[in-house]
Amino acid sequence: MTKESITAKGDLRLTRLTKSYGDFTAVDDLSLVIPEGSFFALLGPSGCGKTTTLRMIAGLEEPTVGSIHLGATDITTTKPCQRPINTVFQNYALFPHLTIYENIAFGLRRRGIKDVEAAVDKVLALVELPHLAQRKPTQLSGGQQQRIALARAIVNRPALLLLDEPLGALDLKLRRQMQIELKWIQKEVGLTFVHVTHDQEEAMTMADTIAVMNEGQIEQMGSPADLYDNPKTAFVANFLGQSNLIKGTISGNDGDSHIVDVFGQKISLPKNRSHAIDNSIYAGIRPEKFRISRLGTPTSGNILTGGHIEDVSYIGVSTQYQVEMPWGQELMVFEQNDDGVAPFSKDEEVNISWEPIFTFGLRGDEDATAGSEVNPEELDEE
Amino acid sequence: MRKIRTPYLLLLPGFAFLFTFFILPIMNLAQTSTQTPVGGGDTGEFEQTLRFSNYLDAFLENREQFGRSFVYATIATLLALAIAYPLAYAIALKGGKLKNFMLILVIAPFFTSFLLRTVAWKQILGEEGFVVPTLRTIGIISENTTLTSTSFAVVMGMTYNFLPFMTLPLYASIDRIDPRTLEASGDLYANGFTTFRRVTLPLSMPGVVAGTLLTFIPAAGDYVNAEILGSPNTKMIGNVIESRYLTIVDYPTAAALSFTLMVVILILVTLYIRKAGTEELV
Repeated sequence: MTKESITAKGDLRLTRLTKSYGDFTAVDDLSLVIPEGSFFALLGPSGCGKTTTLRMIAGLEEPTVGSIHLGATDITTTKPCQRPINTVFQNYALFPHLTIYENIAFGLRRRGIKDVEAAVDKVLALVELPHLAQRKPTQLSGGQQQRIALARAIVNRPALLLLDEPLGALDLKLRRQMQIELKWIQKEVGLTFVHVTHDQEEAMTMADTIAVMNEGQIEQMGSPADLYDNPKTAFVANFLGQSNLIKGTISGNDGDSHIVDVFGQKISLPKNRSHAIDNSIYAGIRPEKFRISRLGTPTSGNILTGGHIEDVSYIGVSTQYQVEMPWGQELMVFEQNDDGVAPFSKDEEVNISWEPIFTFGLRGDEDATAGSEVNPEELDEE
Repeated sequence: MRKIRTPYLLLLPGFAFLFTFFILPIMNLAQTSTQTPVGGGDTGEFEQTLRFSNYLDAFLENREQFGRSFVYATIATLLALAIAYPLAYAIALKGGKLKNFMLILVIAPFFTSFLLRTVAWKQILGEEGFVVPTLRTIGIISENTTLTSTSFAVVMGMTYNFLPFMTLPLYASIDRIDPRTLEASGDLYANGFTTFRRVTLPLSMPGVVAGTLLTFIPAAGDYVNAEILGSPNTKMIGNVIESRYLTIVDYPTAAALSFTLMVVILILVTLYIRKAGTEELV
């Protein structure tokens, strides 16, 4: 306990971190800085290496290569019990033989903190469960156990709090509520949170910064709005929300924009939102950015003509259209239902338009379906 | 009505069996324990005289063997616990793919006869075995010390014979522990030893209690180990009961001793379970 590592604080720096199990590389040469005080999310599908990364930060796995620093202190090989880091485990891992009070007091007692009672009472009040102090974990509901797991970790005021899919076992409604509470608690206690999740909506709701992981590497890192509006790869474009990716060729320039030839039609794409490396490009547009208009109606911005409405689904706040384009691709369009009724019906001939600044460009040699496979876990929830 | 009858029907075979082969004999035993020899002679015939002082006589006469039984059984239980806990821990938490194989090894001794294994210990600890010469060479025992026919041999035999009964319940309870609770303990600043003391051990207490009972109870009543590996100076209460029944043909004393042993074990076990507080555990 007297080791200096226990008092380390500051930014978390992962440098060229690699973890291999035999031939399989779970985390591949990953470098990352997580600023002190931020709410950081590692987002990715199962098997992308996000949990392994978290376990290396916690000290539960030793990196094959690379180093982990907290502030100026190297903690790469420090034992978990000597790191100022606490974890909220996926299934909470509360101690079944101890009361809620003793569960929360566990870390305080190990460090010889004097006023255990005051600290436990305070954190129980923070998670709004003071009346459960003398219960055993099995007598609590899933949501209550989740809060106790959180209380047990934050009562220690760690330099870093790790959350491993902490809301995965909760139902959708409770999860939404806990997302807001977690965010609030993070602000309240001012700790650095590193949150691992496969749920893009959860990551976007809570995190200041998201690193999207795929196959052991970071695909892209940035604020939720950055990642959503300007994804750099097809994987990010498809994993965070939905995207329409239209194959095209850069045929010229117009000031700050590329002119892109899309199956004979011309659209404009801001240069600073293009990640193409040559003339071959995918123009990406989010479904809610599209507008549908009847033939002959004047429209501005980028226009693609010759659409045919294949399918209409009314889902309350919006209506989703599948529009088949002359080159055979079906585009997805979400229209807000802010004018009463769904104005278009199946088999109508329409044009599609959008503001050019909403277009992003991806490398033309990418797999346009990367990251779009439906995650069975997410299907269960919706 | 069927719903109500079914559980009783299911209980019937077990109850009938226990009634015939446990309740009836034990009532018979109780009856025998207060009898006296017919005409005070040693014809092997007894009559009911409700002589309850049989119990006091039997106990006072065999105090030494009673004491020895509980001392031996306690030492053997503690030794078995000390050997079985690390073994069960290693199999449950580090066994990996070899788990089932190692469990089979634990119960493998049961494939040979209990008697045969105990006789084998006589050879292992005998002059021709490797243990005695080795211990003499490194100077732990002197040249003229032997190990057979000693209390050491009896306790070792009991420890060995009851080891699987200790290991299996311990394994079952350690295997049930969620490894993430152990990770959580380390995450919450507990070092390896503290994690063992505060998390692993309390969570494996049901196994410790079950294992010690399964070892202690048969060990306290055992007579085979003392018979084969011991001497007249290491006689346990089981040996006394055996010789009273089969050699001396003194049924009342044997019956009184059996009852006394049963009651003492029952009291000890009750106190132990209260103390260990297993009902507190999940």
